[in-house]
Amino acid sequence: MKVLVPVKRVVDYSVRVRVKADGSGIDLNGVKMSMNPFDEIALEEAIRLREKGQVDDVTALSIGPRTVQDTLRAALAMGADKAVHIELPADTPIDSLAVAKLLDAIVREDGYSLVLLGKQAIDTDLGGTGPMLAGLLRWPQASFASELTLIDTHLRVVTETDSGLRTLELPLPAVVSADLRLNTPRYASLPNIMKARSRPITVRTPAELGVDVTPRLRQRAVSPPPARAKTAIRVESAADLVRSLRAEGALK
Amino acid sequence: MTTLETIDTDIAIIGAGPAGLSAAIRLKQVAPERDVIVLEKASEIGGHTLSGAVIDPAGLDELLPGWRDRRDFAAVPVTRDRFHVLGAKTDLEIPDWLIPDIMKTPDGLIVSLGEVVRFLAREAEALGVQVFTMTAAVAPLFGDDGAVTGVLTGDLGRHRDGRPKPGFAPGVAIRARQTLIAEGARGSLARTLIDRFALDKHSDPQKYGLGLKEVWHLPSDRHAEGRVDHYLGHPLGNAAAGGGFAYHAAGNQLFLGLVVHLDYADPTLSPFEEFQAFKRHPAISPLLEGATRLSYGARAIASGGWPSIPQLAFPGGALMGCAAGFMNVARLKAVHSAMRSGRLTAEHVARALQVEGGTITLDSLRDELMSSPIGKELRRVRNVKPLWSRFGPLAGAALAGLDLWITQLAGRSLLGTLHHKGPDRASFRPVVGGRSRSYPRPDGTITFSRADSVHLANIAHDDDQPVHLRLSNPDGPLGETVPRLGAEPAVHYCPAGVYEIISSGGLPSFRINAQNCIHCKTCDIKDPLDNITWTPPEGGSGPTYTGM
Ligand SMILES: Cc1cc2nc3c(=O)[nH]c(=O)nc-3n(C[C@H](O)[C@H](O)[C@H](O)COP(=O)(O)OP(=O)(O)OC[C@H]3O[C@@H](n4cnc5c(N)ncnc54)[C@H](O)[C@@H]3O)c2cc1C
Ligand code: SF4
Repeated sequence: MKVLVPVKRVVDYSVRVRVKADGSGIDLNGVKMSMNPFDEIALEEAIRLREKGQVDDVTALSIGPRTVQDTLRAALAMGADKAVHIELPADTPIDSLAVAKLLDAIVREDGYSLVLLGKQAIDTDLGGTGPMLAGLLRWPQASFASELTLIDTHLRVVTETDSGLRTLELPLPAVVSADLRLNTPRYASLPNIMKARSRPITVRTPAELGVDVTPRLRQRAVSPPPARAKTAIRVESAADLVRSLRAEGALK
Repeated sequence: MTTLETIDTDIAIIGAGPAGLSAAIRLKQVAPERDVIVLEKASEIGGHTLSGAVIDPAGLDELLPGWRDRRDFAAVPVTRDRFHVLGAKTDLEIPDWLIPDIMKTPDGLIVSLGEVVRFLAREAEALGVQVFTMTAAVAPLFGDDGAVTGVLTGDLGRHRDGRPKPGFAPGVAIRARQTLIAEGARGSLARTLIDRFALDKHSDPQKYGLGLKEVWHLPSDRHAEGRVDHYLGHPLGNAAAGGGFAYHAAGNQLFLGLVVHLDYADPTLSPFEEFQAFKRHPAISPLLEGATRLSYGARAIASGGWPSIPQLAFPGGALMGCAAGFMNVARLKAVHSAMRSGRLTAEHVARALQVEGGTITLDSLRDELMSSPIGKELRRVRNVKPLWSRFGPLAGAALAGLDLWITQLAGRSLLGTLHHKGPDRASFRPVVGGRSRSYPRPDGTITFSRADSVHLANIAHDDDQPVHLRLSNPDGPLGETVPRLGAEPAVHYCPAGVYEIISSGGLPSFRINAQNCIHCKTCDIKDPLDNITWTPPEGGSGPTYTGM
């Protein structure tokens, strides 16, 4: 059984992003990039299934310019068996739907039984790719998984909803998106990072896969949230706190 | 204990700063068949790099003659370079003809050192160097004969109490024929090795400064690309040696900083607050009105100079760059010397490795470096720092200027070589009459709190890991330091607010917010009891500077 894990290269969670002066987007110059944390969780889960002997092959896939190969190397170092890079020219914007279509094409071509992906990418926070892919493939899906068990040809998935936990059973093939609590991803060891550097990466293009990636959405403007009025102050005592709150008009 | 996984290599280099990467590049240039590994604790190259920086391009020119065509970082030629003496409200510009030549860098370039090291790392990788980020070297490995045989890398994924977490990756042994230490000022391995091999037996104690820096984006009418200013005097006055800098870099950015020498006496002096005060001075504040602060950070510099350079080689390896102390404090320039020391050490290592077998000790390395341009430059400015320490920040600076003039005109100093009296940690005096230095509240536009500033260092530090700031005696701060000095200096000097005295249940207790640490190393240098040891936290922890 083969599992596909799409991994996205995003701005690292620890970085405070800055909007470009002209409002055209986020300033990515010199900014630290890493694997989308939810994708890392999805990958960890796939590797654990392989370690349990329930899965034979874990393929990591990333879409974007050459730099996404860094993310694929990180995936190989963690334990992915193969890596596929769908190459786009630098600075090509791409919508969730186009991503879903590329994944759809790859899944049909290479015959995967499970697509495990992150519930959303932390850069755009859209969360559209998984559901769209399930729709295109006409596969069952489970979103926001916090527990996953593979029983023969069935999956039992505990998902997180606003009203509590929901347990779903779904037949394979299926699409599952990973939530934060699914697992804690492993660290890659130095010897594995070293080996990953010389492993092959299969490079494909949207044209080869017959997918038109022309964006249907246009980003009009990006602006930072309104600045906080004042910096925090440290008060010395409860009385001070009350006085400050009064001064700010928060207390009468 | 489980057996360690081992990686064998010819040369292991600790630290991907200018020194380490220059050595790696040079090794591959002269001995391409050698395996070279570089270890870097930051989560990516440049993530822990903080510098001014106006660099003397000699370092790059000598290492990579074609760098100007290949560079992918901004390098702005200095168009105007001035020294100022600040009073509380006054700004006296020192005429250029009064400045000794050695303090000038006519072909200087304003760069972000973080961008430069990223470029160097790519050059190194293209030559076949293996660079590993997120990887701290935590201890040297020793062979049966006592020689260094490599390093141990840090574990990834332990709980605060030391138990492994799920996903735990144990450290590995990197075994190398030569281990080159390029950890920058106050390296943790360097500290161990200097002690173990008594490398500083014949040199003065190393002296340090703490450099704080902010990057600002200025409105274009305030920005003068290529302009460089250095400031003495206010706000430090006679409280500490040091001074401010303001470099107008590419892209309307201003690199603003203050260096505070760590041999100050007042335990309540806060380098962070002094930096905020510097920004309030009328020479600076008009620049910052309507401007945006982009980032903040701090890092120690080695400032002892000539008399403090230890023995460089030990059996199995050597110290390079600021880990060895190659800093010209008179002109705040060390990047080119760090690069030169990397390059020359690499050549030395390549030659030595050809002589097969056994432990290699680069016996003549120190002599070679001290008679190279690195040593010549340090020698000419050797009395600057001792004069500063001896005569106080202001008179000392004036005398140092005079000494540099005499050296320039007469070819030598009349003072011979002055020496440093003691380590920086020994310079504290008790707070007189309970009077601590007081600082105004931040205004939130030009001046900020430490907490708001540390936020701009993009720290990533999993709090659930063993505390990397170790106290040999947990009662030291409250039991000894406070009674003796009337204050706990760590609360004041730490530029990230890691140390706090809080009251719990009515009793004071000393708290370490290790997750705020920005790896400046000041606590390891300045603790009066030598009670705090900085050890590398889990690889990838700490600040993530961009363009510092
Ligand atoms: C505020 C400030 C302003 C300065 N201005 C200038 C200037 O204008 N011009 C100039 O020429 N110089 C300037 N300097 C000095 C210059 O930045 C340093 O001399 C130079 O960076 C030293 O290079 P290095 O390679 O020796 O060390 P560093 O640049 O400090 O690099 C050391 C590297 O090693 C890594 N490391 C450390 N320990 C370990 C470990 N145990 N395991 C793994 N990795 C480790 C660190 O994360 C770091 O990346 C300034 C310094 C400061 C602080
Ligand atoms: S804890 Fe020490 S090394 Fe860390 S930021 Fe504070 S003074 Fe610097």
